[in-house]
Formats: sequence, C-alpha cells, structure tokens
Amino acid sequence: MSPILLAEQVLNGLQSGVMLFLMAAGLTLIFGVMGLINLAHGSLYMIGAFAAAAVAGATGSFALALVAALAAAAAAGALIELLVIRRLYARDHLDQVLATFALILILSEGTRWLFGSFPLYLNMPAGLSGTVTLPGGIVYPVYRLALIAVGIAVALGLWWLNARTRLGIRIRAGENDREMIAALGVDISKLYTLVFAIGAALAGLAGALVGAIQSVQVGMGEPVLILAFVVIVIGGIGSIKGALIGALLVGLTDTLGGVLLPELFKLFTDPATAAATGSAFASMAIYVLMAGVLIWRPTGLFGART
Amino acid sequence: MSMKTLLAAASLVAMAASAQAEVKIGMITTLSGGGASLGIDTRDGFMLAMEAAGRDDVEVIIEDDQRKPDVAVQLADKMIQSEKVDILTGIVWSNLAMAVVPAATAQGKFYLSTNAAPAQLAGRGCNPNYFSVSYQNDNLHEAAGAYAKSEGYTNPFIMAPNYPAGQDSLNGFKRFYGGELAGEVYTKLGQTDYAAEIAQIRASGADSIFFFLPGGMGISFLKQYADSGVDLPVMGPAFSFDQAILQAVGEAAMGVKNGSNWSKDLDNAANAAFVSGFEEKYDRLPSLYAAYGYDTANLLLSALDVAEPSDAEAFRAALKAAEFDSVRGEFSFDTNQHPIQDIYIREVIKEGEVYTNKIVATAIEDRSSAYVDECSMN
Repeated sequence: MSPILLAEQVLNGLQSGVMLFLMAAGLTLIFGVMGLINLAHGSLYMIGAFAAAAVAGATGSFALALVAALAAAAAAGALIELLVIRRLYARDHLDQVLATFALILILSEGTRWLFGSFPLYLNMPAGLSGTVTLPGGIVYPVYRLALIAVGIAVALGLWWLNARTRLGIRIRAGENDREMIAALGVDISKLYTLVFAIGAALAGLAGALVGAIQSVQVGMGEPVLILAFVVIVIGGIGSIKGALIGALLVGLTDTLGGVLLPELFKLFTDPATAAATGSAFASMAIYVLMAGVLIWRPTGLFGART
Repeated sequence: MSMKTLLAAASLVAMAASAQAEVKIGMITTLSGGGASLGIDTRDGFMLAMEAAGRDDVEVIIEDDQRKPDVAVQLADKMIQSEKVDILTGIVWSNLAMAVVPAATAQGKFYLSTNAAPAQLAGRGCNPNYFSVSYQNDNLHEAAGAYAKSEGYTNPFIMAPNYPAGQDSLNGFKRFYGGELAGEVYTKLGQTDYAAEIAQIRASGADSIFFFLPGGMGISFLKQYADSGVDLPVMGPAFSFDQAILQAVGEAAMGVKNGSNWSKDLDNAANAAFVSGFEEKYDRLPSLYAAYGYDTANLLLSALDVAEPSDAEAFRAALKAAEFDSVRGEFSFDTNQHPIQDIYIREVIKEGEVYTNKIVATAIEDRSSAYVDECSMN
C-alpha cells in the first residue's frame, strides 16, 4: 500500500471520527450531567437529517438546511426532556433504557408517517463538492475536509463552553453533585433541559452533515448510536475529552482495520478468501479495541476513578 | 357475562374467522430500517396481484423482519405454529433466508422466494418445497460479468457486502467475466461510509467498477463516488440501481449499466398491466422487487386454481408447471426449482423528472443457475 493511500485512509478515519464525536459528545454530556442513558439519541440524529433534507428540498439552501437541522433537533430534544425524560431521573437505568427505546420506535414510526419509507434526497452544497489536491498529491473530497473542520470547531467550542463559561461551570458542578448546586440556587431542571437540547442539537448537526453524503432514511441513527456508545465507553463516561479521543480512535480503527486486515490476510490466502475473512475480522476490530481499553482501564481512558 | 363465557365466545369468533380463509400465506419481509423500501415494494407488488384476484379464501399475514435474522426466525415460528400458515414468502435478504427457509421446508411448509436465492439453496440444499420465483442470486451479477467482458474491460474493481448474497454476487460476476481484477472488496452489510473503498479504487488503477450494494448502501456509495473525482465506468446488478436508489442519487447514476431479469419497458401484456396497475395504485414506478412480488403472487394463485397446499404432491406439480403470465415474459422452472429466464443489460435514463432504467441488450439467454447439477432433485 502506497503512503498516499495510507494518508488518505487516515483522513477518512479522522473524518468518520469527528462525526462520531458530534454524536458521542451529546450522549456523554447527557449521561455525565443527568445520569441518563439516552437510547433515543440516534433518533435525534435522524430528525436533524430529515429536517435538513426537507428544508434543502424546499429552499435549495444548504446553510438554511443546517440551521433547520440544529433547530429541529434541539426543539425535539427539549420537548422530549420536558415530556418524558424529566420523569426518569430518579428511576434506575433499566427504566430509562425502556422509555428511551420506546421513544426510538415512536420517533421512527412518526418520521415514516410524515416522510414515507423511501430515502430522501439531500445533496452537499455545490461550493463544497468536488475534490482538492493536498500537499503530497492526496486527492481528497472538499466536503469531507469541511466535515473534519466542523468537527474540530465543535470540539473547541465545547471545550470553551465547558471550561470558560458560567454554563460550563454549572454543567461540571451538576456532574459532581446535583443536590448541592440545586441548594446553591441554580435552577437544575432548566439546566437539564438546556444540556439535553445542546446534546440533541449536536446529534442533529451530525445527521444533517452526514446525510448529505449518505442516505437520509428512517432508522439511520441506530447504527451510529451503537458506535457512539462504544466511543463513550472507551473515552470514559461523562468526559468530553474522552469522547473526542475515543471517537478518533474508533474512526481510525474502523477505517484502517477495514483496509489493512484484508491486505494482511492476502499474505496467507487467495484474494477472494482474504477479502471475506479480512472484512469479517475488521467488523470486530472496534469491539476488540473496546475490550482492550476496558481491561487496561476499567472506567475508560478519561473516566472518573472509582 | 362471566370471563369464561366471554373467552368461549371469543374463541368461537376466532374459529369462525379462521374457517373462512382456506389458505394462509405468511409474508415475512423488511418494512423498517435501511432496507425498508425493498420489502415495501415486495409487499405492494404481491398484494397488487392478490387484490386483483379478489379471492376471499386466501389470507395474507404480513410481518416486518427488520432485516434481522433472529426476528425473521421468530416470525416464521409464530406463523407456522400459531397462525398455521401453509406457505411462506417475502424474505428480501439472503442471510435471513438461510435462517428461515431450511427450517420451514423441513416442517413441510412451502416457501416461495420473492427475492433472496442463495447458492446453498439452489445446489445441495435444494428442497422440493422451496421455489425461487425471482432468480438464483448469481444471475444478475453474471449478466454484469458478461457485459464487462463484452465491453473489453480488463481490470475491474469489484465490491459487495459480506453476506451470502454478496459472495454469490462476486462469484457470479467472476464466472462470466473471467479475467484479471484490480481489486476485490467485501464491505459490511449496512455500511454507509465508503470513503475507504473509494480511496482503494482510486489507488488500484482499475478501468471499471462493479458493485452490488442494495438499498441505502447503494445510495451512500453512489453519492460519495460522484463527489470523489474518480470517473470510471460503473456497472452492477439491478439492485444497485432500483427506483428508490435512483431518485435519491439523481444525476450521479445517469448512463450506468446494470444486469436485470426485469425492466419496466419489457414488452409483454402482463408487464404493461403490472406497471400501469402499480403506478395507479401506489403513485410511483415499480422496482424489480415489486415485479418479483407480483409474479410470486400470480404463480401462487395459478397453483391454487389447480390444487390445495394440503395436497402437497399436486400443489408442488402445479407450482412447477408455472402456468402464469410472468411480467418477465417466458418463464419456467429448472430441476432445482429456480427460474430459466433471459437476463438483460439496462441503462439508467431520465424520463421527464424521473430517473429509471431501459433495456439496451440481452446479456444471457435462457439462463438457469450455476448450481443446478449439485441439486439432487431431478
């Protein structure tokens, strides 16, 4: 394999990693602050993609589509928190899993009812289509570079929000001791709604951005949700830094595993068998990574030590 | 009314209801998730023929397998044991078919495939109660392989998901192409990001691309490929370019060649009636999945006119005779109960505002399947 191809695959891994980060950041934020396992996070990703596809179809503007995705997912998130999630904080995780799983079914069927079962058309903006030649002769799609940039910008924004703002202080305080900050006069229920809406908006943004290069359809969020759970387990539950590192690790392992393992098997067997076996092993790679990290650090890379 | 009498009354009603329908058909297909458009087309095509026949002695029970083998197995068990269906049908995905079909036929039920037809069930695993109405999995890929050879491609890059039909796909392509390959890659079933594969294609020096990616997978790949700057001729089986995929991909699929045993412009009376009936009822163009569903229902109805499924011997003979007007024109079963039919090459075109396919050539005439000699039924 040539160095150029390898570099391109590393970029692909980074790109899939930063998009995973958008999903995982919201998931880990919600779990860290509220102690809630939100299985419906994948549905918020889907809502973002559908809102973007609908608005892009009606107006032809990708920027408006992104705004719509953020707004729709944040609104759906806030609504879900007010109507359903709020009743679950005091319950154990099994009840939360049950209720949020029900939300997946309701939101999926609702979307199917509104938009139908056939995939929608959402295309990237013309200005970001096509490819660019990077130093070293790597030909790479502009849109994917833009995705990497957006992911890094969001990571920086979240760091700033968390470390430099009053809201960030409250979020961190909420993670440590929710009774105490309520006693200090912070309206904890408003804080929870806000955090949930931010997490939802990030998922919606990821859905809209990825929807432009994939297919916008009911059920698109669940495979990503599973990966996002792997990410936050690797990164340490509740840690945004952990979500970033975990997402990049998972993105790189998944992409490079899929490319390198079949190559590796080609050394031992014929190409057809190598392709089949290699791809079978590649789909296990991220779970092997997760198991390895958990053996080394049972609470994840940046999880709170207990 | 006491609980006991209520229950007795309810069971009487249930008995009366079940006495009405003499034949029960269980349809297990994918109605949710990334593969939903395939199952919905299968169901709609099947029901179009059923409703046109207007027989009130036939009941169809439809359930969603969510593209999960374990769900499909549970549904099949439920349909066989508590609903007491006579015939099963509808499965889209070959990994689900492998989980359901051998067990169902072993219990004496008939299974008519509207789509999935893995190599294993066409060869050594063939069964007198199993009929594939659609094709044998390799067929449409074989047509693409024959096309690649006739076009003089010498270095195609080939790609399919890693599941039984994906392996059949690449085997089928290679069987009729028979030359050198620039690369051979298996992707994950349900994969949505193909950046890594596109980078491999770019680096491989291929002169053409063959890919089998049905449903949402095909949409994702084609959109990403169109934006990658790689500009090689693309071909595949019809599954990679069905009606739902074409509408979601748009311009990017124009001119692509694909192997199919059905197309909406096939010139026969049954097909014309099917296409116009489907458009009228559902307000969209049918895909090949709908065509297979429609043919399966009509085959079933033609056999029911002759014999009851309870008389397995006679019903099997009636199915095997295939006395129905297929939308594919000439249609008969080979000894392994898979079709013998012509396979065509189609090209993606635009009709008004709608992207669709038209036939440009016949790739293989009277094609049966590669595994027919391994089947012990004669």
